Amino acid sequence: MRVSFEVNGEQVTADDVWAGESLLYVLRERLGLPGSKNACEQGECGSCTVYLDCVTACSCMVAAGQAEGRSVRTVEGLAEGGAAGADPALAHVQEAFVAAGAVQCGFCTPGLLVQTDDLIEQTVGRGGGVPEDAEIREHLAGNLCRCTGYEKIIDAVRTAAERTLAERSEVAR
Amino acid sequence: MDFLSPSTWEEALAVKSAHPDAVPIMGGTDVMVELNFDKHRPPALIDLTRVPELTRWAPEGDGVLMGAGLSYTRIIGELAGHAPALAQASRSVASPQIRNRGSVGGNLGGASPSGEAHPPLLATDAVIELASVRGTRRVPAREFYLGLRHTARAEDELIAAVLLPRPAGPQYFAKIGTRNAMVIAVASFAIALDAATRTVGTGVGSCAPTPIRAVEAEEFIAGELDWDGGSPLAPGAVTRFGELVASVARPIDDVRGSADYRKHALSVMARRTLAWAVTDHRKGIEQCA
Ligand SMILES: Cc1cc2nc3c(=O)[nH]c(=O)nc-3n(C[C@H](O)[C@H](O)[C@H](O)COP(=O)(O)OP(=O)(O)OC[C@H]3O[C@@H](n4cnc5c(N)ncnc54)[C@H](O)[C@@H]3O)c2cc1C
Ligand code: FES
Ligand code: FES
Repeated sequence: MRVSFEVNGEQVTADDVWAGESLLYVLRERLGLPGSKNACEQGECGSCTVYLDCVTACSCMVAAGQAEGRSVRTVEGLAEGGAAGADPALAHVQEAFVAAGAVQCGFCTPGLLVQTDDLIEQTVGRGGGVPEDAEIREHLAGNLCRCTGYEKIIDAVRTAAERTLAERSEVAR
Repeated sequence: MDFLSPSTWEEALAVKSAHPDAVPIMGGTDVMVELNFDKHRPPALIDLTRVPELTRWAPEGDGVLMGAGLSYTRIIGELAGHAPALAQASRSVASPQIRNRGSVGGNLGGASPSGEAHPPLLATDAVIELASVRGTRRVPAREFYLGLRHTARAEDELIAAVLLPRPAGPQYFAKIGTRNAMVIAVASFAIALDAATRTVGTGVGSCAPTPIRAVEAEEFIAGELDWDGGSPLAPGAVTRFGELVASVARPIDDVRGSADYRKHALSVMARRTLAWAVTDHRKGIEQCA
């Protein structure tokens, strides 16, 4: 079957999609977007996390046909588009992960970035403060990392939230 | 394999009736695991995510009629006051990403004995609305679970909604697992006090081939509670309640826990949730006095 939907602001179409195929497979194997990772295919690890109509989901648990006509945002869509031709600037979450040393093998990183972006959107983005550690851990409970031991990840999330808050207060002033 | 995408409820019922062996898919958090691992290859999938009614809820009588496809995240955010035990259970499901997609309809469709929604639905006497081209009928949750993964739903029926009665007293849910997140219950328990009818409801998960009630425990403790005066329960009554709840379990030994451990955990959860509920009930009486 043919599936058409929006990815990171662009309209895309995939052909010859099998009815039982996951959105993750379509993104990686048919649309050339390998940022979302396939680590378990059973909803356990969160490496495949994407936004589906503004709500985060494990893309391995979404049937491709369920994305028809909907809007998907992947880790590739987090970086903010710069001037035409220029490399897009890294988002705060991405910079914070690099700065904090929250990336080792990097396999869990794309999913963590999307889920962190969502946490910041739901806290700082809605006029709230920087999330407490307990809230960070709860929001990232579905994202497994086998390398870092999570401490640096929590640091990175806090930093990203702080930078976003500072930037938004600046704009508001 | 076909992918069928009805966009109205009538169309969904017609599609299910024409293809009884097609598998409905809502959040996909059970269905996609089976497909990804090639455990099951149905002739067709029926995508229910485009049927608007399934993700709505509205008051009905003094309760709430909740569309079967409402996500756990929305239950937690929107129905915590209307269905406290179900909202608590929803909070304990998997992870945020899974809760954003997973639904009570999917939990009922799979009818795993460890499904988190079942104990609260049993304890609160919720009612499940089933529909097919033949018509719509309502089955109490207490009559819905018939055998291992076997329910009152007929082949051509879809789960439309769940009627959640208005809480008439404190409700609690508890679950035992190896960690807080992402864990299938080793044992789970829900309790609901109904001060209006002076009854107590219970629901037990992961401890028998189906989710079950502990009827003897319910009747015993309803007789022991000081509904009007709010005096505390005798310690012996609390212990007895725990024993009676554990006695209905027919658990198995498996990788998640031994049968003995499950029974023990169940009696502990029964005692604790009862204590929380009774404390709330007594506070309620004090405030009224
Ligand atoms: C990582 C992970 C962790 C999990 N942890 C938990 C947990 O802690 N507790 C828990 O209870 N569950 C857990 N689950 C299982 C699953 O998330 C739940 O059972 C969830 O409620 C399924 O809902 P869904 O909408 O995703 O169902 P789907 O996968 O879409 O469907 C599940 C079943 O129900 C049927 N179905 C769905 N909707 C309807 C309908 N309206 N009418 C008729 N049939 C229907 C489908 O055909 C299928 O048989 C977990 C799953 C994953 C992947
Ligand atoms: S690959 Fe989707 S959750 Fe692990
Ligand atoms: S950095 Fe390797 S899994 Fe997280």
